[in-house]
Amino acid sequence: MDTKNMKRESLSGRCIPVRGNDIDTDRIIPARYMKVVSFKGLGEFAFYDERFTSDGSLKSHSFNNDAYKGASVLLVNKNFGCGSSREHAPQALHRAGVTAVIGESFAEIFEGNCGAMGIPALTASPEVIEELMGKTEKHPGLEMEIDIRSAKINYNGVEYNISIPDSSRSSLLAGTWDSTASLLNSGSLISSRAENLPYINGFTK
Amino acid sequence: MGKNLFNKVWDLHKVGTLDSGLDQLFIGLHLIHEVTSPQAFAMINERGLHVMYPERTFATVDHIVPTENQTRPFTDTLAEKMMEALELNTTEHGIPLYDLKSENQGIVHIIGPELGLTQPGMTIACGDSHTSTHGAFGSIAFGVGTSQIRDILATQTMAISRPKVRLIKISGSMPQGVYAKDVILRVIKDLGVKGGIGYAYEFGGTAITKLSMEERMTICNMSIEGGARVGYINPDETTYEYMKGRPFSPKEDNYKKAEDYWNSIKSDSDAIYDDVYSLNAEDLQPMVTWGINPGQSVEIGENMPLLRDLEQDDRETVEQAYNHMGFKEGSPIKGQEINVAFIGSCTNGRISDLRVAAEIAKGRKVDSHVRALVVPGSKHVAKQAEDEGLDKIFIEAGFQWRNAGCSMCLAMNSDKLKGRELSASSSNRNFIGRQGSPTGRTLLMSPAMVAAAAVSGKVVDARDLEGV
Ligand code: SF4
Repeated sequence: MDTKNMKRESLSGRCIPVRGNDIDTDRIIPARYMKVVSFKGLGEFAFYDERFTSDGSLKSHSFNNDAYKGASVLLVNKNFGCGSSREHAPQALHRAGVTAVIGESFAEIFEGNCGAMGIPALTASPEVIEELMGKTEKHPGLEMEIDIRSAKINYNGVEYNISIPDSSRSSLLAGTWDSTASLLNSGSLISSRAENLPYINGFTK
Repeated sequence: MGKNLFNKVWDLHKVGTLDSGLDQLFIGLHLIHEVTSPQAFAMINERGLHVMYPERTFATVDHIVPTENQTRPFTDTLAEKMMEALELNTTEHGIPLYDLKSENQGIVHIIGPELGLTQPGMTIACGDSHTSTHGAFGSIAFGVGTSQIRDILATQTMAISRPKVRLIKISGSMPQGVYAKDVILRVIKDLGVKGGIGYAYEFGGTAITKLSMEERMTICNMSIEGGARVGYINPDETTYEYMKGRPFSPKEDNYKKAEDYWNSIKSDSDAIYDDVYSLNAEDLQPMVTWGINPGQSVEIGENMPLLRDLEQDDRETVEQAYNHMGFKEGSPIKGQEINVAFIGSCTNGRISDLRVAAEIAKGRKVDSHVRALVVPGSKHVAKQAEDEGLDKIFIEAGFQWRNAGCSMCLAMNSDKLKGRELSASSSNRNFIGRQGSPTGRTLLMSPAMVAAAAVSGKVVDARDLEGV
């Protein structure tokens, strides 16, 4: 696989804050919009029930706010993406234009799903998140620079430290976040590992 | 120093360490369903890859299946499309599919154990977070996303980092009228919905060893609601007894070898854990959630929390919960009038759950303001219940008796809450919108408590019903 175009060393974009702890995957994309055989087109359903009332009128939500149109760095609080394992959640965000998420913490499967899609899921302290959100709300036009290698972001001339698990960092930098190829590289190691498991042959050996 | 089951099984399945630093883990059993697999197959096909171990993947349909009229094509064309995609993909890649025509169809986490596919000492993955259920057998089982389903199909392995292990030790025995659901709701309340992030939960202690396999599954099932991707229980005689004679269990001649393996992967008596949390089962009470995540629960006799008693950090979510639920802080959960009662799901849709609920429903009537549904977790559960006459008890009491599926647990079929309806549910998530209505409201509780609420029209302590 060509990993050159998949390298993620740095990225930049305007930010969009979605405040609140424990925002679960049902809120990120309601289950009724998961009746699809392709992820294409999921973007319009991101945060659907948070954005629209049952009669279709707009609620106040940053995804409805024109000031954030075109923003690509999602700012969130604690335990974002808890609940279901559905990759539909990060896929919906991604297809709504999100290329990086910065939060206080993430649910594990959600973080893993982002990793597998090449979307950096970065964490920062509650104080930093608050500051970033506050700045964005005041000046939605600001551009953020994210440097994956040094684990730093630059927002309006101020530098902040962020954390990223070593494994995600190295696979983003190497462009190997799409793991199928690296897994296949193990070749016969896979089958020899399998053969050593007594249940593989129904305990006949 | 000894090793725990988690680390033993992990080491046995570890193929190596990838450049990223993640482990490459061999997956012994891969389960798939119609919602999270089509995109994975599309990626495999696009890249010209094939399924490496088709005989280690099993498919069923559960999330979107209608539980009333199941004739094909479904009236819901989107659901029909998803069914067709799964049929096509499984045929093309030689994967067994238990569809609606099969007597083995049901919720993926119910049929795995039922068919003997789920076994101790395995690694199990499925594109569904409640895969943790299978840990009840002493396997390492976790939910995965679609990209990982692709990886498992193509390589039978996945890239994952090894979590820490927390022992949750539950001593004593459970009082009458307290169920496995109450145990896990208590654990989630105590440790928080984020408490398990980065951990696998091992459940142990005398209270756990006394539980049946079905009760153990309920506990492991909801580990994920506490943030732990994996929950497991060491296998023992109860496990081995359950395994005997199931279609995919080891054949009798090989049973001795199987038990040797299963015994070998148990946690050593001096095993080390990264953390230990202890709880006494004698102190447990029936639990009911009142909020919008499974950690927001109270004992049946307690009042909902007052905002001023909470840490600043919790306050925001609690305020949001009160806004959505429309409850007044500090009010009792007991007596809240319900509109819907749902008994089912991979948490509590097994035969023992239906038996307990039927016991309460017997000779009583569902309150006239309540719409009540019983949805067996699998066709085998449904058949067993019908053989025992439970379906008649439910129908006579005014419950609807449905076909197997996920149904109102996530409402991807036509079983949904309407408007602001309040539902007493035996399922696992009370997230906003979870049961199909963006303004709908869910109270999670044990099947006994749901049945009691159904016949009372409101939340009650099931132990107060006469003859229970
Ligand atoms: S019953 Fe609910 S939680 Fe279980 S697999 Fe189905 S939708 Fe998921």
